[in-house]
Amino acid sequence: MISGKSVHELIAGLEKGDFSAQELTQLYLDKADSHNAILSLDHEGALHAARQADEDRAAGRAGPLTGVPIVHKDIFLTKDLITTAGSRMLENFVAPYNATVVSRLEQAGAITLGKANMDEFAMGSSNENSYFGAVTNPWDVNKVPGGSSGGSAAVVAAGLAPAATGTDTGGSIRQPAAFCGITGLKPTYGRISRYGMIAFASSLDQAGTLTKDAKDAGLLLAVMAGFDPRDSTSAERQDTWLTELPERGLAPASSLTIGLPKEYFSDFSGAHIDAVKKAIEDLGHSFVEMSLPTTDAAIPAYYVIAGAEASTNLSRYDGVRFGHRCESPVDLQDLYKRSRSEGFGAEVKRRILTGTYALSVGYYDAYYLQAQKIRRLLANDFDQAFTKVDVLLTPTTPGPAFSRGELTEDPVAMYQQDKYTVPVSLAGLPALSMPAGIQANLPVGVQLIAPAFREDTILSLAEQFQQVTDWHLKAPAFTGEVS
Amino acid sequence: MSNPIDIHHLARLARLSLTPDEEHAAQKDLESIITMIDTMQAVDTSGVTPMANPLEASQRLRSDAVTETIDIDRFQATAPDTEDGYYLVPRVIE
Repeated sequence: MISGKSVHELIAGLEKGDFSAQELTQLYLDKADSHNAILSLDHEGALHAARQADEDRAAGRAGPLTGVPIVHKDIFLTKDLITTAGSRMLENFVAPYNATVVSRLEQAGAITLGKANMDEFAMGSSNENSYFGAVTNPWDVNKVPGGSSGGSAAVVAAGLAPAATGTDTGGSIRQPAAFCGITGLKPTYGRISRYGMIAFASSLDQAGTLTKDAKDAGLLLAVMAGFDPRDSTSAERQDTWLTELPERGLAPASSLTIGLPKEYFSDFSGAHIDAVKKAIEDLGHSFVEMSLPTTDAAIPAYYVIAGAEASTNLSRYDGVRFGHRCESPVDLQDLYKRSRSEGFGAEVKRRILTGTYALSVGYYDAYYLQAQKIRRLLANDFDQAFTKVDVLLTPTTPGPAFSRGELTEDPVAMYQQDKYTVPVSLAGLPALSMPAGIQANLPVGVQLIAPAFREDTILSLAEQFQQVTDWHLKAPAFTGEVS
Repeated sequence: MSNPIDIHHLARLARLSLTPDEEHAAQKDLESIITMIDTMQAVDTSGVTPMANPLEASQRLRSDAVTETIDIDRFQATAPDTEDGYYLVPRVIE
């Protein structure tokens, strides 16, 4: 069954001539989306690119991803296609240029099928904040898929594409990957260009991948990563392992020391973690228990910093240059206020107001500056840890996917869903979530964290793990009706 | 809560207009959010340098040369209202 295959399996099939890129693309375009995971499909563009991919392969010009259909989170600008960020504000916004992520993937031969649903402006942990309706979890339609890249995660879990792009500001790739039973990689801050990626919190936003396994995550990362002069915080790196990855793969991880930070296990009853540890120990790695003492302060600090940056970034939506404009404004202030109030949903308004409060005259030191100091302490915690261990292992989320509507009335409870993913985001580190068990018929994930720019360590460890376990091969069964 | 929340003032700063019901809900939500955020006040951060960027990067500069030009028509195609290359808004000065 082609639609359950990984990117590397599809590439092998395309190379052998088992199917063409056009057949593959048509197959995915024809698949029914029963989870509201996809906002738009570009039939014409995708089939055109597929024809080109088949020609390129026949002529010996195949790139690393030639003929592989993918879906982009609708936060990446796709030239001449609607790009909404899940918001009424951008309901009719046709992107005037491509995000660097989109161009790089297309240059490598990937085919853009369409755009994935998401929480509005990437603000949410359940995908219930999309103006275009909630996404449902392919494992159980009464559960959330996670957020904000919940559409991307559901696309991959439901086999609507072999891979999807996502963005992660406080866990928006890792948490939906865990909830949907797939592999999610948030690379180091600055690793992948933010150019053409609609901004939420610019010191945290990072593009990444949602894939069936770690091998696919590496293949996509190698294409997406790289210095971009158009992104002022793009990192200039020369990592040999990354440039050699498409040809040679990753060197196997050997005898790693893996830290288990106790703060991530205090309220967690995860029997599956023991099985994961056993499998990893059998691979020749060892575990040590340790502490990251600032962990509990991460959620409040994150919601100050992310809110402050969001309130600043989203001030660009003024109803003048692009985006929603209200009917018959009486004056300029009315135009601003009504356009923004009609264009933004409730959660986006909450974040803007939180950020506005934190940045208000007289409150700046107590909130924004204090949050930035805590950010430093969190980063120091990780620096200290990585003098003793190579990798950290934690649960990705406090539990498996929660029910739809369960947390929508309680934003603070919803925010706690990110408690294990947010510290990494504040420190700018790379982290990966991989499937690591089933609880109550739902997938759960574990998170691997590496020092900055050492995605190779967590990718190769995850790849090893996936060679000796089969959690990543589990697919959702028929999920029944919405109750 | 250490500081009062004037939701009406915040909404004005953020250029949002909230209905009385929305204002009421936002007040309640903000109070619980700020109460949660205030737990970070317990962390001793004396002598800690604030961290604005995880890579400690500072703004990169480029040479002051034209590298690309903007196609006005393409960019203004996404605007709600334009005329002769200008963006139109309600009259500001009578």
